[in-house]
Amino acid sequence: MKIHEYQAKELLGAYGVPVPGGEVAETPEEVFEAAKAYDKCVIKAQIHSGGRGKGGGVKLANSPEEAKAIAEKMIGMQLVTKQTGPEGKLVRKVLVTEATNIAKEYYLSIAVDNENAGLVIIASAAGGTEIEETAANHPELIVKEPISVYEGFHNYKGIEVARKLGLSGELQKEFIGILRNMTKLFLEKDCSLVEINPLVLTEEGHLLALDAKVNFDDNALMRHPEIVALRDVNEENPKEVKASEYDLNYISLEGNIGCLVNGAGLAMATMDIIKKFGGEPANFLDVGGSATTERVTAAFEILLSDPNVKAIMVNIFGGIMKCDIIAEGVVAAAKNIGMTVPLVVRLEGTNVDRGKEILKESGLAIIAAEDMADAARKAVAAAGGAK
Amino acid sequence: MSILIDNNTKVIVQGITGGQGRFHTEQMLAYGTKVVGGVTPGKAGQEVCGVPVFDTVKEAKEATGANTSIIYVPPKFAADSILEAIDAEMDLVVCITEGIPVLDMARVKNYMKGKKTVLLGPNCPGLISPGKSKVGILPGYIHKEGHVGVVSRSGTLTYEAVNQLSVRNIGQSSAVGIGGDPIRGLGFVDVLKRYEEDPDTYAVVMIGEIGGSGEEEAAEFIRDHMTKPVAAFISGQTAPKGKRMGHAGAIISGGKGTAAGKIAALEAVGVVVAPTPDRIGEALVEAAKKAGVYEKILL
Repeated sequence: MKIHEYQAKELLGAYGVPVPGGEVAETPEEVFEAAKAYDKCVIKAQIHSGGRGKGGGVKLANSPEEAKAIAEKMIGMQLVTKQTGPEGKLVRKVLVTEATNIAKEYYLSIAVDNENAGLVIIASAAGGTEIEETAANHPELIVKEPISVYEGFHNYKGIEVARKLGLSGELQKEFIGILRNMTKLFLEKDCSLVEINPLVLTEEGHLLALDAKVNFDDNALMRHPEIVALRDVNEENPKEVKASEYDLNYISLEGNIGCLVNGAGLAMATMDIIKKFGGEPANFLDVGGSATTERVTAAFEILLSDPNVKAIMVNIFGGIMKCDIIAEGVVAAAKNIGMTVPLVVRLEGTNVDRGKEILKESGLAIIAAEDMADAARKAVAAAGGAK
Repeated sequence: MSILIDNNTKVIVQGITGGQGRFHTEQMLAYGTKVVGGVTPGKAGQEVCGVPVFDTVKEAKEATGANTSIIYVPPKFAADSILEAIDAEMDLVVCITEGIPVLDMARVKNYMKGKKTVLLGPNCPGLISPGKSKVGILPGYIHKEGHVGVVSRSGTLTYEAVNQLSVRNIGQSSAVGIGGDPIRGLGFVDVLKRYEEDPDTYAVVMIGEIGGSGEEEAAEFIRDHMTKPVAAFISGQTAPKGKRMGHAGAIISGGKGTAAGKIAALEAVGVVVAPTPDRIGEALVEAAKKAGVYEKILL
């Protein structure tokens, strides 16, 4: 789960990481009031995407009046960044934050290290830019230090990293404090990423988290209601939000063939084979191993609510999940909501013959397929042919 | 022969009184698996499908002589159940549970170091040695006893691969689902190593997907240690960057973990990679013919 920058900074601040003063605002008037607290301030669009500065989502204001004028343009705009896609994201909130005099920028984050089953500190003296670019172009500028999930943070780990970044004396102490608190936040709240980019050295000689990103492990949200309360569904794709309510694994894509599959690996493979035959999948969808009629119906509703979808391909390999149950779900869903596009169905596995019979008896205009390749070929043709 | 489980495998089911645990206990018994006990705290003395229920794994092991446990416990308590099975010194623990927090698994993985227990999963379909034993949720009837080892990160794609073998009259020595989570027990290399050592396995099918570096490590292992032919398929060739494709581990991040990179690494060491998921069976036949073992794997 992702949260906004202002929420990430509030969390970091609560854990003792130094963050600049700031206030979130939803109207130009609120921005005007908040800006009165500062000589100069920065107005930052709050959307769940990086690269906001280049897209015009971060602006400096020299007075409350100027802040208000900036907010009038920024709130309500479709902010396009390299992470949002061409349609951009609607800006609903901005962060009004104190302007900082920057002497130097660093990159600092803590992430999960899957290989070593622990955490890893990632730091660089080349801050401000994308860490992936630094990693690709200047791997020598990246410092990594593992942290054990049992032991947590120890000062010597921080000293090691600080020395490699060229931080000494009082700054080294400040840096170690920041790392200790970031680790504590990470472990206590089940984060998947805590990133400060940039961590700045101010002209006054202190370290400050100028921008921050905190992501959480979806699997651990069950024990953090206080984190779930920070979720902003406005930032998520509405079809993906509906899917999550029905425990469906759904990801919206750009193509025109809707996919309904059981199992994540098979769902990915289904997207692959559609593409091999010249089609474009409209989504990734794993209905899971215990799909009920209700969930299959919800899945069809989500697929059909996408105006790009010109055909639907159902690809089921029933294991414990029986084909006749899936077939009943398909028939019930088609009857309940009305099938407006061609439906190609491939069934294999447990009770496959009974499943095929149910589809046949239903009288629905279903295009039956023999195997995965046959289904993909037929779905591509039904959606208007290969690109 | 087979790997990890066989006729001597005696299984206890952790979470046997839950809906899933009960259903799959019945399925495993029907397949012929020796399910000898179950564990649900507070329900000792009950029976499920004629199998006695105990309060703890230790107690169940002492009473039944079980060497393997399978876990169907909800995600909130699953890490606890794995730790309990490790402390009871089970040989093999298979965790089916999906949705265990990453930090829980990180702690479990650290705890396992130096212990005798082997973990499969979590978030996996389990494993089967056809004709001998099934410890998991795989549909038994699609399998045939034979000589090809299957290892996969995905459940239904394992079934797809197995089915494509069985319809070609090619049986399996074992089929192992290692699961879709980023921090897990057995990985590709661990399973490939066992297939290489198993005298009854003549060829291997490996099903990978985007994310992580398990397939690349497998390629190195195949280059340095495998004498048996390997065919593979990698799913997620068209998956977009930065999106988690169902499995927590299936995500391309920072340009790493792409299908193209994995396919190139495998092809470079002589693995026959199926271009599409419907051609996994063909790929294995091709690999087996090249290595001269095709006649030996046919039933």
